[in-house]
Amino acid sequence: MTVAHIFETMEYGPAPENAGLANAWLDQHDRRFGMFIDGNWTTPDDGRLFESVNPANGKRIAQITQATEQEIDGAVAAACRAFETWSQTPGHVRARYLYALARQLQKHSRRLAVLETLDNGKPIRETRDLDVPLATRHFYHHAGWAQLMASELPDCAPLGVVGQIIPWNFPLLMLAWKVAPALAMGNTVVLKPAEWTSLSALAFAEICAEIGLPPGIVNIVTGDGKVGELIVKHPDINKIAFTGSTEVGRIIRQVTAGSGKSLSLELGGKSPFVVFEDADLDSVVEGIVDAIWFNQGQVCCAGSRLLMQEGIAPRLIDKLRSRMERLRVGDPLDKAIDIGAIVAPTQLQKIQQLVAQGQAEGATMWQPSWACPTEGYFYPPTLFTKVAPAATIAQVEIFGPVLVSMTFRTPAEAVALANNTRFGLAASVWSEDINLALDISRQIKAGVIWINSTNLFDAGAGFGGYRESGFGREGGKEGLYEYVKKASAISHQPSQALDSTYDAKRNGDSNGRAEAPSLKPEDLPPIDRTPKLYIGGRQARPDSGYSRSVHDARGRIIGEVGDGNRKDIRNAVEAARAASKWADQTAHARAQILYYVAENLNVRADEFAQRIMTQTGRDRASATREVDLTIERLFTYAAWADKYDGAVHATPLRNVTLAVPEPIGVIGVVCPDDYPLLGCVSLFAPPVAMGNSVVLVPSERHPLSATDLYQVLDTSDVPAGVVNIVTGARDALAKVLAEHNDVDALWYAGTPDGVALVERASVGNLKQTWAWSEPRDWFDPASGEGELFLRHATQVKNIWVPYGA
Amino acid sequence: MIEERQRERQASARPAPDAADAARNPGCVLDLGWIESVRVNRSAVERRIAGLPGRRTVKQQWQAAWLLRAISCMDLTTLSGDDTAGTVQRLCAKARHPVRADILEALGAEQLQLQVGAVCVYHVFVPTAVEALRGTTIPVAAVSTGFPAGLNPFELRVREIEESVAAGAREIDIVISRHHVLTGNWHALYDEVAAFHAACGDAHLKTILATGELGTLRNVAKASLVCMMAGADFIKTSTGKETVNATAAVSLVMLRAIRDYYVRTGHHVGFKPAGGIKTAKQALEWLILMKEELGNEWLRPHLFRFGASSLLGDIERQLEHFVTGQYSATFRHPMV
Repeated sequence: MTVAHIFETMEYGPAPENAGLANAWLDQHDRRFGMFIDGNWTTPDDGRLFESVNPANGKRIAQITQATEQEIDGAVAAACRAFETWSQTPGHVRARYLYALARQLQKHSRRLAVLETLDNGKPIRETRDLDVPLATRHFYHHAGWAQLMASELPDCAPLGVVGQIIPWNFPLLMLAWKVAPALAMGNTVVLKPAEWTSLSALAFAEICAEIGLPPGIVNIVTGDGKVGELIVKHPDINKIAFTGSTEVGRIIRQVTAGSGKSLSLELGGKSPFVVFEDADLDSVVEGIVDAIWFNQGQVCCAGSRLLMQEGIAPRLIDKLRSRMERLRVGDPLDKAIDIGAIVAPTQLQKIQQLVAQGQAEGATMWQPSWACPTEGYFYPPTLFTKVAPAATIAQVEIFGPVLVSMTFRTPAEAVALANNTRFGLAASVWSEDINLALDISRQIKAGVIWINSTNLFDAGAGFGGYRESGFGREGGKEGLYEYVKKASAISHQPSQALDSTYDAKRNGDSNGRAEAPSLKPEDLPPIDRTPKLYIGGRQARPDSGYSRSVHDARGRIIGEVGDGNRKDIRNAVEAARAASKWADQTAHARAQILYYVAENLNVRADEFAQRIMTQTGRDRASATREVDLTIERLFTYAAWADKYDGAVHATPLRNVTLAVPEPIGVIGVVCPDDYPLLGCVSLFAPPVAMGNSVVLVPSERHPLSATDLYQVLDTSDVPAGVVNIVTGARDALAKVLAEHNDVDALWYAGTPDGVALVERASVGNLKQTWAWSEPRDWFDPASGEGELFLRHATQVKNIWVPYGA
Repeated sequence: MIEERQRERQASARPAPDAADAARNPGCVLDLGWIESVRVNRSAVERRIAGLPGRRTVKQQWQAAWLLRAISCMDLTTLSGDDTAGTVQRLCAKARHPVRADILEALGAEQLQLQVGAVCVYHVFVPTAVEALRGTTIPVAAVSTGFPAGLNPFELRVREIEESVAAGAREIDIVISRHHVLTGNWHALYDEVAAFHAACGDAHLKTILATGELGTLRNVAKASLVCMMAGADFIKTSTGKETVNATAAVSLVMLRAIRDYYVRTGHHVGFKPAGGIKTAKQALEWLILMKEELGNEWLRPHLFRFGASSLLGDIERQLEHFVTGQYSATFRHPMV
């Protein structure tokens, strides 16, 4: 190609990145890799090596080891040993190690970027400008959190050994998102990179050794899903952190149910990209390029559903098509390429199948006129118009460079379409009207909202989903809570005041039973006062038509309650969903109502104390204490209602990143058996204070305090449906709640079997569960109230708002 | 008076431009609805600008060819208070032979007959430049209408155009009245530019927006559209005399306005960034921006010009480096 010729055609030429150093590194290792366990490299064993392939040409670049069960055991054991010291290492020392990791990543940034491109097929532009710098930033940022942990996360302790399983789409970056916060908080890790893209994790292991990180703190094991399964099931791992498909996330939830492992899942998405008529359409087009043609569309938060206001749709589509004509697909090592290779043939086939299905279902497909390279696994940018919400391609995650588009007429319809998905990871909202943009941002159910922007990430801002996009956050202070637990022991002993044996001993009753409070007048036949269920602000008879007897401490029948069943739960959930306007009430108004509940409870304090005594056989002092503490607890959460506010993260961009704690939605609350009043109020007040609505299953043994309460709720202006009470068999009702796909979270206090039951049954919509079987001292504020409850009652939405006149 | 010129302009509205004159823009009626619908998001614009150099680059012979292309799109300019006939003549000599012959030969580019896009001077030096460029096709451009503030009496500004055209200028770089933009007086801006357009006759009209003084990107976009509606053949970022000149963000907004105008009216309008463009690397980034936003057609001198006085020197050095593999020095290339 001569200069004179190019002068006329003005075409781009090749601009290849030099892969020499990355290849030299691979050659140094004979292109055969063992694993990094306890600070040592295992010897690659010919019998169990698998290939890592460059997707740009289909050629093998290295061989990787398939881990055995013994090796996983070894890695976990090493991590356990290392935890002993690492968890006791001062924050400043951990900060130094994390800082060293950041520096070392930075020093080798180009080699890592090239390696990542060779292994994954993504453009060097992205690995160079995004993957590696962001990974580095994660370590810098979390070095800071290690330094500040003692002061900024008081009463927090590391969890232990964390099993981390990461995907192939951002291999090094996802490693950083997982490893940096875990180490900062004093945990040790066993991490498995994705089978297709292990190399950057292995390079990272080398970096850990280079900076002298003590052995066992970071262990890198490799292999396919079977290795992942060994990690997930390992009894000595305290937490699983997973990023990947919703399908696998669901399996992990099932497998870990009842195991006591904590879990964070960052799963799939079908994120809406909403364009209003007053948006800067040329910028919108570039936004779309960044949303769906970033990393070949293999991005969990890709803006894959374009929702356009109808009036501007034709213009936008025209602009978009002419932009697509100018996109360049090709050798990912070329510095002037927009779209690289799809990671693997199976992934390419999946994209091809879904595109074919989209066409078969009647949508219109458009691709640019140029052709992709024939060597390697490439797929062109693809745009679907005339897509109905019912189309397969509008619902499932394609995980490729394929955009589906739809139109809407009004903001309300935009929100409805945006939320018409099982996912809730991210969304983009485009409008030059700040009223509109912020309003829509609050209404879309997603963990991250980008206003007039897309795919912005930073270590300082939380990332993670609503709904079936998973739970837990990565990045920001909110992300740290995934890697810590309460440091001070939760008092699992029931308060001594509750111990009727203690009372009895004190009272000198030889048979160990407290004397039943005398009820007068005993001689008159009582007027039947059978409490009903409380659903949607009304008392409702149980669907079954059955009642359950309630006994006192001596086994005498003291009343009956409705025997709720699945239909009652269904009705209660519908009522709770219908009460979603509660979230729109001002926090001040919610506080006022909780204070009012406390006020009305106080008026009837004696009666509630009496009821506790009757049900439990406890003495008056203990029962009165429970009522007094219940009133106090209501005050606590009324106080919190307008004080548990969010943060503005300092992300490196001219913008405000608002971290807003939002109510989760409908929360099922299954109450403990002891503390019939305080247990129940301690569990429903935090969700209600935060704007959730609640379906409450009271203590199975002592339900009458909860059913007495609904009259208090009625007289305290609690709106209909905000609190619903269904009495009955605890675990049976808990299971219905756990399986209900319109319940967003479930809190459960019961038995170990019940914990396993609700965790397993939650997979339908991957609702967040918070379940425990140990008793809890609800009299003790350190155990029975506080921010922990508020965190579980909310999910953080990060709204990125760039600005500029 | 303005209305009169406006009527004149409409009466003499050119028929569809022929191929040789493809770049001429006949303008259209002022469409206020279109102007008011303009939206520009600064952060998103800046993100595009920040990302583009990482998305596109040219290397080796592609880079050399693109740099030659940059020279062909250059308005070699001298706009100093101490200009003399001598300095203008030297500038014109450089315009005829912008690159050393041995370098062009080594590039295999002798037959391209490389010359710059235009020579740009103040009115008084138009005859000097015309004379100095006789025998070439290089047009002389005159900055006009009370450049750079543009606040002389309206009639004098129109006269200045007419005088420059009469003296042989084939391109007229006018400055708009910023106060019309800052007060949203689009009618006044339209009428002013339409009058200048009429005064240009066959000379091409380049409208300088002085974007550094327009306050917002939205104003830049609106002013761009109004100028094009009023018949600008080029829209130009700045005089080179403002404190902020051709920024990439402003340029992107103007290019998008040109694209929208082309899509809606079918008329091509050229773009000229001016001020602060000093390096070969910047020139390449500008060409990339043009290619990406508007396409190859806008990489030719009838639709793209750099307003630059010191850019050429750096390009010459880079070309010599490409040819020899050794870094060059300023004094090795003939000065202006």
